[in-house]
Amino acid sequence: MSMLTIAMPKGRIFEEAAALMQEAGYKLPPDLDESRKLIIEVPEENMRFFLAKPMDVATYVEHGVADVGIAGKDVLLEEERDVYELLDLKISPCYLAVAGLPDTTLNEVAPKIATKYPTVASAYFREKGEQVEIIKLNGSIELAPLIGLSDRIVDIVSTGRTLRENGLVEYETIVGITSRLIVNPVSYRIKNKEISNLVNRLTDTIEEKAVR
Amino acid sequence: MSKLLMFEKPVGMRDTLPHIYETKRKVKEAAEGAMRSWGYRFIETPALEYYETVGDASAILDRQLFKLLDQQGNTLVLRPDMTAPIARVAASKLLKERVPLRLAYSASVYRAQQREGGRAAEFEQIGVEMIGDETMSADAEVIALLVSVMKETGLEKFQLSLGHIRFTDELFRQILGTEERAEQLRRFLYEKNYVGYREHVKNLPLSSIDKQRLLQFLNLSGGMDCLDEAAKLIEGSAGAEALDELRMVFGRLQEYGVDEYVTFDLPLVSHMSYYTGLVFEVYADGVGAPIGNGGRYDDLLGKFGHPAGATGFGLRVDFLLEAIGQLEDEAGIHCVLFSNDRRVEAIEEAQKRRAAGECVLLQDVAGVKDVDSFTESCKSVTFFVGKSSGGNV
Repeated sequence: MSMLTIAMPKGRIFEEAAALMQEAGYKLPPDLDESRKLIIEVPEENMRFFLAKPMDVATYVEHGVADVGIAGKDVLLEEERDVYELLDLKISPCYLAVAGLPDTTLNEVAPKIATKYPTVASAYFREKGEQVEIIKLNGSIELAPLIGLSDRIVDIVSTGRTLRENGLVEYETIVGITSRLIVNPVSYRIKNKEISNLVNRLTDTIEEKAVR
Repeated sequence: MSKLLMFEKPVGMRDTLPHIYETKRKVKEAAEGAMRSWGYRFIETPALEYYETVGDASAILDRQLFKLLDQQGNTLVLRPDMTAPIARVAASKLLKERVPLRLAYSASVYRAQQREGGRAAEFEQIGVEMIGDETMSADAEVIALLVSVMKETGLEKFQLSLGHIRFTDELFRQILGTEERAEQLRRFLYEKNYVGYREHVKNLPLSSIDKQRLLQFLNLSGGMDCLDEAAKLIEGSAGAEALDELRMVFGRLQEYGVDEYVTFDLPLVSHMSYYTGLVFEVYADGVGAPIGNGGRYDDLLGKFGHPAGATGFGLRVDFLLEAIGQLEDEAGIHCVLFSNDRRVEAIEEAQKRRAAGECVLLQDVAGVKDVDSFTESCKSVTFFVGKSSGGNV
């Protein structure tokens, strides 16, 4: 059996992803998150974990330095990486939405959309037949309409609290998001046994959770 | 854009330095040797082709093509693969000769990278095309040759996945009824989005049995037994025929003694519309993308006005090198250093060694600033310096 290298997303998704792995019976070290080490080996599972920025997980997997990764569907839509999307882990549910200040309309000449997801946002508005200008931001997207940078934002919404607290409202829902198990196309073949095993165990756990 | 610095080059373009060149040359020689020994003849085609002909017929996505204009305003492409140019040559010239044609190539192809570095935009491909033979023997030969080529290059651990696009098409057509719906589903496979595929199937207005058939299809990979499973999912003769072809080719590969490298992978869709029969990809440990791929493309030659069945494969030399891993040391070069007085002696020595097959560099000592660092990379050195007779160091 060869060792599996798994890219885990830092932050919000991490805890739920690690919990799911543990529920599936994987013995992960309890301090995986706080550890200062970037790469952690778990020899009894023949696995190796590393933490990466959620946006980067699919990149590591595409290049094959990670065999497997856990990434939000938002990342997969935005990055369009050549990886297998094998399993919906059904964790960290949220959605991508268009939001803005209440009772406002789009600027008719050059409506501006601020977002961390330029690919998704431009595809969405193009399909609607609306010509917009996309402005890429790296965080605190809610600020953009407040300060007058953009008419609308496209961002992840999980509870809607951040939007409400900033006096923004949702205009449209683009697509629902959950975390996915992604796999490098070569690893999917070469390490098929190990990966099938992981997929089966996770599938069982996800189904059990759904019944509960 | 800021002013370019003199060392910069376009995204995805790479230099090949001497030690990499040596390794690459050896790998290519091994691969080409294997192809030649199977009776394949090498050909070359131009780097530039018309966008409307070869560009359009090629399997490579439009957005990956490098396009430019010639003096008359025609759109040209830098060849994105070798299969389409070879189909052009075969259809217009060679198919009048002996058929089936066995052709091979080793050439650079060009694919634009729009996103980022880390992926080559120019890379060498080495491969074969077998044109005009529609039997399974041709498919089996091409795969057996591929395995032989991989082994000749020194690669031990690799794996080949084998699918059949007509099985996929027939299953989807049977269950979904229309080509349009089949294409939707095929796109999920092409994009490797199994989650999306399952979601899509769940929401289709189908009986639960048919849904189950489509979901089962995703699991059809592995050994011969997965073909038996596949037979249960499909009705009618067209699907069974595709499975028979897979069985037959596998049998031939057993006869070639290369079946250990082959596994079935029926959901494999390496292109939306290009292939018409058997498809395959080859993978090696430690390289994140397939090293090569191929399959049967019976519709391509027709686009060039001379319909004929064809099959072939292409391997990426850069990925092959990555899989092999080790680089050659600097080629063993012998150094003859001389001072002006003893030039004749030095030339004689160099010529003698060259005649014996050695690589010998002849260097005037006056032209070297630091003799130690200059001679460091040579396997051995002879000095013809000063008055005494030369000696080896």
